[in-house]
Amino acid sequence: MTDTPEKVEEKASPQQSEPVKSKWDAEHPPLTIFYHWCKACNICIAFCPQKVFEPDRDGKPNMVRPEDCTQCAFCWLHCPDLAIVSNEK
Amino acid sequence: MSNQVKLLQGNEACVEGAVLAGVRFFAGYPITPSTEIAEGMARRLPRIGGRFIQMEDEIASMAAIIGASCAGSKSMTATSGPGFSLMQENLGYAYITETPCVVVDVQRGGPSTGLPTKISQSDTMQAAYGTHGDYYAIVLAPSSVEESLHLTVKAVNYSEMYRTPVIVLLDEVLGHMREKVVIPALDEIEVQERRRPAVPPDWYKHYAITATGVSAMASFGEGYRFNVTGLTHDELGFPTAVPREIKAMLDKLKDKVVKNADAIAEFESTEMDDDPKVAILSYGIVSRAAKQAVAMAREQRLKVGAIRPKTIWPLSESKVRDLLKPVRQLIVAELNQGQLINMVKQCIDRNHTELIPLQKYDGELITPSEILHKIKEVKHHAN
Amino acid sequence: MQTKSDIVHHYLRPKKKFPHVWCSGCGLGVILGSLIRSIDALQMPKDDIVVCSGIGCSSRLPVYIDFNTLHTTHGRAIAFATGVKFSNPRLKVIVVTGDGDCLAIGGNHFIHACRRNIDITVILVNNWIYGMTGGQFSPTTPTGKIGSTAPYGNIEQTFDPTKLAIAAGAAYVARSTVYHVDQLDKMIKGGLEKKGFSVVEVISNCHTYFGRLNKEGDAVEMLTWMKAHAMPIQAARKLPPEKMEGKFVTGLLHDEEKQEYCDRYAQLSEDLMKKTEARP
Repeated sequence: MTDTPEKVEEKASPQQSEPVKSKWDAEHPPLTIFYHWCKACNICIAFCPQKVFEPDRDGKPNMVRPEDCTQCAFCWLHCPDLAIVSNEK
Repeated sequence: MSNQVKLLQGNEACVEGAVLAGVRFFAGYPITPSTEIAEGMARRLPRIGGRFIQMEDEIASMAAIIGASCAGSKSMTATSGPGFSLMQENLGYAYITETPCVVVDVQRGGPSTGLPTKISQSDTMQAAYGTHGDYYAIVLAPSSVEESLHLTVKAVNYSEMYRTPVIVLLDEVLGHMREKVVIPALDEIEVQERRRPAVPPDWYKHYAITATGVSAMASFGEGYRFNVTGLTHDELGFPTAVPREIKAMLDKLKDKVVKNADAIAEFESTEMDDDPKVAILSYGIVSRAAKQAVAMAREQRLKVGAIRPKTIWPLSESKVRDLLKPVRQLIVAELNQGQLINMVKQCIDRNHTELIPLQKYDGELITPSEILHKIKEVKHHAN
Repeated sequence: MQTKSDIVHHYLRPKKKFPHVWCSGCGLGVILGSLIRSIDALQMPKDDIVVCSGIGCSSRLPVYIDFNTLHTTHGRAIAFATGVKFSNPRLKVIVVTGDGDCLAIGGNHFIHACRRNIDITVILVNNWIYGMTGGQFSPTTPTGKIGSTAPYGNIEQTFDPTKLAIAAGAAYVARSTVYHVDQLDKMIKGGLEKKGFSVVEVISNCHTYFGRLNKEGDAVEMLTWMKAHAMPIQAARKLPPEKMEGKFVTGLLHDEEKQEYCDRYAQLSEDLMKKTEARP
């Protein structure tokens, strides 16, 4: 994981023909969020390099583009409420 | 180790008592007239597997002995007026966290720098009321070099038994004068240890409410991972703002001392058996002059007695009233402008016993003849 | 299988109320996570770890973690920790303290603990303000900045706690921020592994007071500032001074082999006891 997420390169896959199917989707979310602990500080939403999150009406992160998550770990490393856990095993 | 007979200063006797009682951690800072205690500890402790550290100030010294006590050591510091004032905030921390430790205050002239090399008893009230908030102190006061040893042992024991800081009040004269001391063998003295937890870690409450008011105490590193905080806390040691829990904690600090006051408070009476109407109340070195004065008075067929508290706090109202049953005039002799007299006022029936101050605060001791003169003066007015 | 992301939750105290007490977006939550991951990396038993703190926002951290925790008086955590460590050197002793707690009222204890080089790791959370008491300026509030007690701008100079620590004798001194969390984990882990007095200054955001009073934005904006103004020491060494304008250096700033205080005393005590055994 690098600290400056903007430099996250696209993972070049050998067969360029069809896009690599992401492991994550709505049914298999990349992260688990403890909404009771989250204080809607907007850090994960603002800094996620893949813009996976959109704020819900409480300002808390909603995984609207789960498939774009690259498990870069920025969100859960920077979550002040310890409210995000990766589902990557 | 058979008994050794030594010629020691009061300060040195405190070191012997502390070591006998199991003190193995001392943190202090140089200040006349208590420095010999730190010096003694600096020599003794490393030889017996103990730890001595000279901290950067008295605030740090008080902090260090509390830290050491939390980590399982019996710990002590020693100071005098100015340092004792600096220690007050962390002393309050030891009270609220119920952490055993001993503070020896070798009194000198005050306030402020005052009379560094001269005697006074002007920290008497500070010893019991020095820091902020409601709390209940245990303050012991020896009157001889040998008793300095034994009351230091008792102070360490009380701190472990009641899980609280204990103050030992000496003064410049008692601290520096030399007297014969029989150093008891270890098996001749009673040494108390803090009550160990009787439950496994997950059920352990560092501040469990108990009948005696004293909770069992684990130490850091023993598998009982608990929280200690100066914030008002619940039985687990976590901060609380719940009124019921706040009151319960403060009642606990009170009950464990006040409910045991009769067991803690100790007095020495001289010539009180024939119920004299006039008596002298004094502590520490002054009580030696009082005893001498009583002897001189008795030679002149003046019926008078003397009472000496070994514990300045708690005084135990019931014991004081019993002692003062026959007494109509109580001369309170002390080296300040009236402190012990205020503490006694709260315990007695002043219609029954009149309090007569005999106060000296010029850096000199009260002499037996000065006390004798006061006795005669009081007796003259009485009849 | 524990992923790195949920190591933290295995060290939190279940009896404590979560979410924690700090403001939304406060850097202290990030530091809590970083400290726990660094401790976990040591693979030490929880029973042997003592975390002390003084008074202030940063000092509310230990109560949340399942170690021996000691929340002391304002500015005195390092003195308390000295007593814990020196009396029981087997314990790993950590202090979490703030810029006001450690450098103002606690300054005297800080420099003397550095001088003694006692094996304690200090996490010095520097958010340039007294947060708990409502935004007063502290010894690290930049000159000219506003605090509730410097309403017309702070006229005082600040000192650099890392330089202070190095000058006073600390063996290990590092700086990171709550944005550079990977680096922070490394710096804390290095401090914990170091035998001697180690200081990790962590630049943290107090947007509730410092950010608001000085119009430096919310948590996101303050983190963005940190990202833009931090310069790792390896890079900083190669840059000419004018390039370092407005930047602060992060990373491992000082790492020296020095004899540690408890070891020195234990050696002294051992020699003395051998001598007394020789002639009882």
